[in-house]
Amino acid sequence: MSETIGILVNDLNFYYAGNLHAALKKINLTAYKSRVTALIGPSGCGKTTLLRCFNRMHDLYPNNRYEGEILFQNKNILKNGTDLINLRARIGMVFQKPTPFPMSIFDNIAYGLKLKGVTKRLDIAERVERALNHSALWGEVKDKLSTSAYDLSGGQQQRLCIARALATDPEILLFDEPTSALDPTATAHIEELVMKLKQEVTVLIVTHNMQQAARISDFTGFMMLGELIEFGTTDAIFTKPSQKLTNDYITGRFG
Amino acid sequence: MTVFEDELTRLNGMVLAMGELVKEQINDSVRALVERETKLATKVVETEPQVDALDVELDEECIRLIARYQPVAADLRLITTAMKITTDLERMGDQAANIAKKAIDLNKEEILKPYIDIPQMSNVAQGMTRDALEAFVRRDKTLAVAVMAMDSKVDHLRDQVLNELSFYIAKDPSMAPRVLKIGFITQSLERIADHATNIAEMVIYLVEGRIVRHQAVPEE
Repeated sequence: MSETIGILVNDLNFYYAGNLHAALKKINLTAYKSRVTALIGPSGCGKTTLLRCFNRMHDLYPNNRYEGEILFQNKNILKNGTDLINLRARIGMVFQKPTPFPMSIFDNIAYGLKLKGVTKRLDIAERVERALNHSALWGEVKDKLSTSAYDLSGGQQQRLCIARALATDPEILLFDEPTSALDPTATAHIEELVMKLKQEVTVLIVTHNMQQAARISDFTGFMMLGELIEFGTTDAIFTKPSQKLTNDYITGRFG
Repeated sequence: MTVFEDELTRLNGMVLAMGELVKEQINDSVRALVERETKLATKVVETEPQVDALDVELDEECIRLIARYQPVAADLRLITTAMKITTDLERMGDQAANIAKKAIDLNKEEILKPYIDIPQMSNVAQGMTRDALEAFVRRDKTLAVAVMAMDSKVDHLRDQVLNELSFYIAKDPSMAPRVLKIGFITQSLERIADHATNIAEMVIYLVEGRIVRHQAVPEE
């Protein structure tokens, strides 16, 4: 299987503000295009910290510091002067808990489009429908687009957030434990959705649920104490990991 | 259909493809003997590595599915059944190759006697193989039980052939090498029927979750 690079991490160190110890140490990793890459590891291993580097979420707080580079379309996105609004439209994020805006279903998605400069009503309507279709929510909400997003179930809200992220045509989607607040049925829905979405976007997903990583990802990275211990195809990681630490973690011997 | 369901459908297809290949191997090996077609026998021998490769591929696929999807209930039974069926199919392929190798030797010599019982045994064994795979496809317990019931018929035919062959040795000891080769072929066919029986037993496990090995033929 020959792979195309979606985004590439080169010797990345990351320091939280005021902390001398690196939260991420010398991370080297490639997320391949149109593939799902899962990051697993025990709590505090740095997987969410790493995920948040990809769209510079850490910049929302002062004095956090990156070293090394993350190359996205041949540009180091960690460089000063990177347009963060544009970056986050191209590298979208879906969070642990659904985060709908306090507005209608339609406006939740239209909001990002308007920010991006899409103003024609017809364009917006068309892209809202397309995004909702991609997130497998259209059938359930098409007759109530003007009702509040808060009226949706948790699983539907999460799919709405995915639609919102998809509306700006991102190249990469980051998922931070997207199903930890959902019931098994809603979880299964989101998992199927993630597996379908990879046809259009590159996916990076952080999950506490190893079985979820096994089910839905093509590549898996195992992290511990801020280091990437092992990275490989999900088939290999879950049948014959090369590191004993990986084996012990995924078999539930620690963590 | 979910991604996992797609994977299971694919697994089913892989088992069947291997089954088709093995059925062809058995059929060709006996034809090679009866019609004295050494070329066909060589083909069977040369195809064996292909069957072996499918065996490994299917094993790896099943292990991958277990590791990635943590299957339970019917899904788990399907995957474990596939793994066991594959082992039986591979051994049936080995037996077909054994028959083919003996056929190559026998075809070089004068025919001992017209082959009558062997094609008959082969027909039964092949019918069992076909039905066992069909029972797997259709999850058909009744058909699986019918396959299991046929096993004793093949055992009986084998005993009959071996008995008859021993007379040839008594009559003319110089026939012994040829007789032994035919005896081995008979034994291979009997083994093939045993493997078909194993597959049928696994189908019952697949359908009902009941392991019926080492027991009398289960009641319908």
